[in-house]
Amino acid sequence: MHLVAMAAGFALILMGLFAALTHRNILRMIVGFTLANTGVHVVLVSVGYMPGRAAPILDDAVPVAEAAARIIDPVPQALVLTAIVIGLGITALMLAYAYRLFRARGSLDIADYTELKW
Amino acid sequence: MNTRFSIRHAAVLGLLALLGLAFWTLLAGYTPDAELNRTAAYYAENTARETGAQNIVTAIIVTYRGLDTLGEVTVLFLTAAIVALVLGQSKAPRGGTGSGFLPSGELLTTGTRMLLPIILLFGAYVALNGHLTPGGGFQGGAILASGMLLMLLADPARRFGHRLIARVESVSGLAYVAIGVLGVALAGGFLDNRILPLGEFGAILSAGAIPLIYALVGLKVGAEFSSMLESLEETEDS
Repeated sequence: MHLVAMAAGFALILMGLFAALTHRNILRMIVGFTLANTGVHVVLVSVGYMPGRAAPILDDAVPVAEAAARIIDPVPQALVLTAIVIGLGITALMLAYAYRLFRARGSLDIADYTELKW
Repeated sequence: MNTRFSIRHAAVLGLLALLGLAFWTLLAGYTPDAELNRTAAYYAENTARETGAQNIVTAIIVTYRGLDTLGEVTVLFLTAAIVALVLGQSKAPRGGTGSGFLPSGELLTTGTRMLLPIILLFGAYVALNGHLTPGGGFQGGAILASGMLLMLLADPARRFGHRLIARVESVSGLAYVAIGVLGVALAGGFLDNRILPLGEFGAILSAGAIPLIYALVGLKVGAEFSSMLESLEETEDS
């Protein structure tokens, strides 16, 4: 099961990068980056998964004394929580810059921005 | 023109195929660990005794790696500030936006009035139960901000109080740091949650300062997301 999740995550990364690299519209590129970002999260969470174990919450199902033998790795989940928040910040920044570019040039086509081209 | 595009696509596909090959070797050679590594095992064995939190992920985020979470909140604050800065240059004059909108409709307006209190309540619930159930301040704050988004959708001309949002954000941020410093003075170190009694394991008022910290984080994250939404909303074209 975790291999399916991991493969889906890798597929999302590749799809997102493909979208970001081939589309000309800046908004579509942002959607591509967000897809790739989600893929990274899925891969990270699936790395922490261990078959037959419970979520890292010490309730009735997981007694404190047996916790180390019963729960999955909590560290990747904590990492992904951080990554989701930072990813959201990056997406908001990209959208704000896209808006400024549109205001400055009246276009969201990346081909119209030739200053950094060589 | 057309051939150039196909060359581009071929180059992109070639690069992604290489990356996919690297991913495939990772995937094919992957076997899940049979037991927790040393860090995770330490957290599993000592979280209940040291922090009193049921949710180990929360204990890691708020207590064991609390400094990193403070940094994360700072990054979020910086993002909100930069979004406000970037979009502030094309801000509409006061009262100048929203007039070009069609009315949002009876369904959305009434639905918002009904759902908004429930959404805010759910956000507060998620933020305050972070040490017991999946959830926490970041998720709760995002839910609070989604309530704000619903409000903006129902009435695009509405303006939140800028000063109120800024004040909620700065007061909760300062209180978060103050709790961290109290941890140095009264307990084992910066952001140690044992400045308050750990309480009964599994109760809502337990785990020391974790519910307090997550309530503050929820307020701060909700205020930051709301200010981002507000900046996006108040641009000239909206």
